[in-house]
Amino acid sequence: MISVLDLFSIAAIAGGCFFYLAGTVGLLRFPDAYTRLHALTKADNLGLALVVIGLLPQMSGLLAAAKLVLVWLLVLLSSAAVAQLIARSARRQGGGQ
Amino acid sequence: MRLRCRRGRAMAEFLLSAAAFVVLMVAAGLVRVARGPGRAERMMAAQLLGTGAIGALLLFAVATGEAAVLDVALTLALLSAFASIAFVKFALRQDQAPDDAEDAA
Amino acid sequence: MTTVVGAVIVALLLWLALWTVVARDAFLAVAGFVVYGLLLSLVWVRLAGIDVALTEAAIGGGLTGALLLGAVGRLRGTEAATAAERPGPGLRALAALLALAVTAALMLAVLSLPDPAPTLAPLVVPNLQSTGVGNPITGVLLAFRALDTLLEAIVLVIGLIGVWSLAPDHAWGGRPGLRYQADPDGILAYLARVLPPIGIVIGLYLFWAGADHPGGKFQSATILAAMWMLVQMAGLSDTPRSDSGWLRLGIVVGPLAFVAVGVFGIPAAGAFLAYPEGWAKPLILLIEVALLPTLVLVLALLMNGPPSRHGDAR
Repeated sequence: MISVLDLFSIAAIAGGCFFYLAGTVGLLRFPDAYTRLHALTKADNLGLALVVIGLLPQMSGLLAAAKLVLVWLLVLLSSAAVAQLIARSARRQGGGQ
Repeated sequence: MRLRCRRGRAMAEFLLSAAAFVVLMVAAGLVRVARGPGRAERMMAAQLLGTGAIGALLLFAVATGEAAVLDVALTLALLSAFASIAFVKFALRQDQAPDDAEDAA
Repeated sequence: MTTVVGAVIVALLLWLALWTVVARDAFLAVAGFVVYGLLLSLVWVRLAGIDVALTEAAIGGGLTGALLLGAVGRLRGTEAATAAERPGPGLRALAALLALAVTAALMLAVLSLPDPAPTLAPLVVPNLQSTGVGNPITGVLLAFRALDTLLEAIVLVIGLIGVWSLAPDHAWGGRPGLRYQADPDGILAYLARVLPPIGIVIGLYLFWAGADHPGGKFQSATILAAMWMLVQMAGLSDTPRSDSGWLRLGIVVGPLAFVAVGVFGIPAAGAFLAYPEGWAKPLILLIEVALLPTLVLVLALLMNGPPSRHGDAR
């Protein structure tokens, strides 16, 4: 018998995998650097967020859960900033290719 | 440090499969990094590995109950951001190379 | 399922390695190398070598990438000349053949090891309590084979001296590299204000956790050095003056403390680097605390390069 928490985890992680797929498809198929950047940093990020949310009920300790959330927040912060920086660099190099 | 086991075999299998799927997505994404025209695509490599490998590691950590893998994910989060910034700074330097006055303070 | 993923990762690594070697542009090669390092940390996790995975992620991912990019920047001027000197296809085929032969020999050697491969690991585990640490890797590095760690620390300092010796005479004692510029209200500056405090906490946590769990001073020092480099790259702080007394003290305090502990062991326990009964844990802690600033400073300064402008003249 699957508990409700396990069901929630499975649903969230499956959603996360879907967004990873979406991000990768975007990365491979979008026409230029800026759109690819968005696919990478926004969609993959959302996938990671769903994975973290899905894993939280599986954690059995406050420290481990806190680490999970910290990882997520760090990736959120750094990917948002890095997306801007890479886009600026791409623009300087001369338009998106 | 082991995470106390709250899940059965089926859940662990599911988590491992999810981790495997994420790794496959990273592998597919690397094709773009290899092919992509322009430097921006190569700079995305560190970010791609960052989000993808971290997702796979988190799933792997919970599936096997090994809590230390969470520390690897933490380190990866910090250092992949650092690597991406190093790439951007390098490209910035190259763009400004003819303009030495910019860099000299 | 896991064998499929393992096969995918191995194939990916091989392809990535080949791609890095044949890349036309040095920047592409460095990007490939950084990705290779980050992927390799996944492999280490799969092989249950968490400490190695931590080190690979930290050094192979972040620091080596930054170091190589600095080198590529310095080599820009000579790239045209190097491309003109490319060896002919015959020589390159010979080199490829030699590399393959060495790889095949290594594979044969590994595959022909006896099945329980000869190892001292079963001896380490029962003797670990006497060292007071719970992580066997820390126990080996700082108790059973402390001499190796001491020599490695000294080699790092010598490496730094070697890099500094490349400075032109007029710049000796000055600051390495150029001062980075970045918009003080921009994103990079923001990131360099927000990430380092978090990174420092994580680094110190890893340092403390290294006693009983994967972690330790080396991974911790790498994270701290990366955070310092981040602050420099955003222009929030200049590179340090290499004639600063505090800097030089910080660089040598690690090996000096280590040697002091070693010499202390001669009258107290009968041999260099022997720990007297019950003193193991405090002495190990002392060595680790002393080595941390050394490692952070050496790693960051290695990435900065030789001094190139005199401190006073900016």
